Amino acid sequence: MAQADVSIKPTEVQGGHGHPDKWKWYDYFTFNVDHKVIGIQYLVTSFLFYLAGGFMAVLMRTELATPDSDFLSPDLYNAFLTNHGTIMIFLWIVPAAIGGFGNFLIPLMIGARDMAFPKLNAIAFWLNPPAGAVLAASFFLGGGAQSGWTSYPPLSEITANLPQTLWCVALVMVGTSSILGSVNFLVTIWKMRIPSMKWDQMPLFCWAMVATSILALFATPVLAAALILLTFDINFGTSFFKPDAGGNVVVYQHLFWFYSHPAVYLMILPIFGIMSEVIPVHARKPIFGYKAIAYSSLTICLVGLFVWVHHMFTSGTAPWMRIFFTISTLIVAVPTGVKIFSWVATLWGGKIRYTTAMLFAVGLLSMFVFGGLSGVTLGAAPFDIHVHDTYYVVGHFHYVLFGGSVFGIYSGIYHWFPKITGRMLNEPLGKVHFVLTFIGTLLTFTPMHQLGMQGMPRRVAMYDPQFADLNQLVTVGAYILAVSVIPFYFNVIWSWRSGKEAGPNPWNALTLEWTTDSPPIIENWEVLPVLTHGPYEYGMDKANQVGPAGEPTEATQV
Amino acid sequence: MKQIPAPFWTLVLGIAVTLISLWVGQNHNLLPVQASEQAPLVDDLFDVMVTIGTALFIVVQGAIVYSLIRFRQRKGDETDGPPIEGNLPLEAFWTAIPSIIVVGLGLYSVVVFQEMGGFSPGGHHGHGAMVAMAPQQSVIDVAPLMAQMGPGENVDADVYSKAQVYGFGASPLLQLNQPDVTVNVTGMQFAWIFRYPDTGITDGELHIPVGKDVQLNIEAQDVIHSFWVPQFRLKQDALPGEPAELRFVATREGTYPVVCAELCGAYHGGMRTQVIVHSPEDYADWVASRVAEVQTTTTVAQPLETATSAEYLAAIAPDLAKSPVQIAQMDHAQMAQGAAQNP
Repeated sequence: MAQADVSIKPTEVQGGHGHPDKWKWYDYFTFNVDHKVIGIQYLVTSFLFYLAGGFMAVLMRTELATPDSDFLSPDLYNAFLTNHGTIMIFLWIVPAAIGGFGNFLIPLMIGARDMAFPKLNAIAFWLNPPAGAVLAASFFLGGGAQSGWTSYPPLSEITANLPQTLWCVALVMVGTSSILGSVNFLVTIWKMRIPSMKWDQMPLFCWAMVATSILALFATPVLAAALILLTFDINFGTSFFKPDAGGNVVVYQHLFWFYSHPAVYLMILPIFGIMSEVIPVHARKPIFGYKAIAYSSLTICLVGLFVWVHHMFTSGTAPWMRIFFTISTLIVAVPTGVKIFSWVATLWGGKIRYTTAMLFAVGLLSMFVFGGLSGVTLGAAPFDIHVHDTYYVVGHFHYVLFGGSVFGIYSGIYHWFPKITGRMLNEPLGKVHFVLTFIGTLLTFTPMHQLGMQGMPRRVAMYDPQFADLNQLVTVGAYILAVSVIPFYFNVIWSWRSGKEAGPNPWNALTLEWTTDSPPIIENWEVLPVLTHGPYEYGMDKANQVGPAGEPTEATQV
Repeated sequence: MKQIPAPFWTLVLGIAVTLISLWVGQNHNLLPVQASEQAPLVDDLFDVMVTIGTALFIVVQGAIVYSLIRFRQRKGDETDGPPIEGNLPLEAFWTAIPSIIVVGLGLYSVVVFQEMGGFSPGGHHGHGAMVAMAPQQSVIDVAPLMAQMGPGENVDADVYSKAQVYGFGASPLLQLNQPDVTVNVTGMQFAWIFRYPDTGITDGELHIPVGKDVQLNIEAQDVIHSFWVPQFRLKQDALPGEPAELRFVATREGTYPVVCAELCGAYHGGMRTQVIVHSPEDYADWVASRVAEVQTTTTVAQPLETATSAEYLAAIAPDLAKSPVQIAQMDHAQMAQGAAQNP
């Protein structure tokens, strides 16, 4: 059995710090600078926002069960579609994947006692709850923003002005949070690794967070600029995006997508990192192609900055741009493919444990193959012109964001819940959760592709009756997804209180976070660990190659 | 019994995957009927992508499912798998193959794009006198602009020569030719207005002859809309302040939906009308039957610079009053009044 036998040598003994031994429950509601508290704060708040965004999706799917607009008022429908997208992106996936897992895991994975700037870290988190409150307020002060999460002017400038302004304010707050968090991750990973850890001994999640942080630093300020200009147009009489006063509506789209396409990678790169951690542990094999996976994250980060116009192929886009961005978009498929192939190769020949964490990871792999292929078709401008702004696009991005990012978050929760709380999640309940989620995802998002190709545009509350059958199927799928979260939330709440004790390393994993207690003590280790092996050296210790009966296994003969 | 060598089974699987993919690529039936010259070009590109995608899908999903079964943990086996950390030739292979595929697809997309006329939007403007001589001069149907210019002035050349025109223009073979039919398309919350500058006809539905070179000049009056005919495989955003165009030849008679594809407000989903592709004779009849209405329509349309969009719409297209689009428009107008009273 591969034990995480990191030899703990006394390199540095910390004494006399002024912390209590253990945080009390109310510490989690305060301005606390411990990265683990902040990580849990991010995760818990984002999982609450997930329920809010999901609730809106269920109401929208109920409206779409029939072709006519007969359940929600059209304004409320548009407010829900706007805030569903906004919440799921900015208050669920980004804070859960980057803020939650990033903060909790990065210092533990590199052998640091905290993030580089703990107070900045707490400030970054505490920008999120007020942003959510501002969005909630926008519903009561004018019915919520109604011009889509893209908020294209002129529509966003003539519709629901106060809620739209509040929406801008909320997004600038979470954007600021993202920038502060990114600086913190980069400095922490750059400067605070234990001295024995070289760059190529870092867990791949850290590489993914490096790529994510660089991308966020380049892209987020541009979104902030666009939203501030939009706010000025709405409230202070400027005309940056007003065509009848010399403004240009297409400029906003460039500014918006310069951030919002990289935002897709902000939502998936950390998830790729989670995949690279979960799969080797539960397949009991080293990650296949460490360097290829690490560098492909950086390649996605770089190329991902130059693909944004593929969201604008039918907009005011010159021919040369359509061609340039077709090619650059297709190129992103290559590093993404490298990752997928590497994970499949990691499974190949392993001894796969059917844990819930692994099921979600493999489910993600399967979903992402489909989502990636449909993404390639969207990258080709001539075909994109047909399906742009249709349900084909809705199907595609839910495949990669739900089948990808959300599956990855689930996988990460099942994998690290024992570390975060000290208790195991219930596995049978987890499997129920997985099966419901998997079936619900297929039913909800697959028929959308056909709807789009056949002629159903996105963001509509009423549609041509010929599309009714497929839409009802999608609605049934959405209800299954709504039900699927019940076993999960129950499992988390129940197991947090009375789950099985996990011990420091229930999965026999080799990365450093498993060398400390579960949950880790404040400041993470009594004595900092020293690296004696890489993060994925499964099956390499000769002593571990002997099975329980003392027989040499297949592996030693390979 | 002699074991059959692995390369044999690899070959059999390879042939099977290829055949299945080719079949799926030709028989997926996912797209609606083709009704424009561009549609088969787009569909051929999509079929190629479906073929390649199906092959990759089967291979990768097959490898995943095979691994899950073949390499599952056996009962009582607590050992690790073999410590394989990579394989450079294999990794080079699966980097190179997708690279070749995407470069190939990229080049193919460029060819399709060129054949669709994507490289020459606005390319034919300034060549001919046909547009300039047309009786109805307003290419951009923005009320303030009309008021500014006055009814007699020619605004076409100025508007189109100063700025980039977006969309799909004439393909290179046709570049110097004028279109057979020109229609000025205006999107507004929540209706499409089609004007025929050659004849002065205004309608809420698009009527075009089959087999003729049609030019749509697309503009938006209020917010961004997007003109989409799924059966033509063509879509172009209607942008306030930015001229755009679609030029195509419809190849199949029939009635197809015209859909607004860009979120444009509360009744975006109701912003639907239709395009009727007539035989040349039927089209001539339709034009003749509508010409009589032209005089009244144009005289009403001219002085409306201060009208609200609802009044504007009702005045220029009285036949729209029965359509659901018009009803949605009226609802919107009432809603806007309600909002104004209760800010």
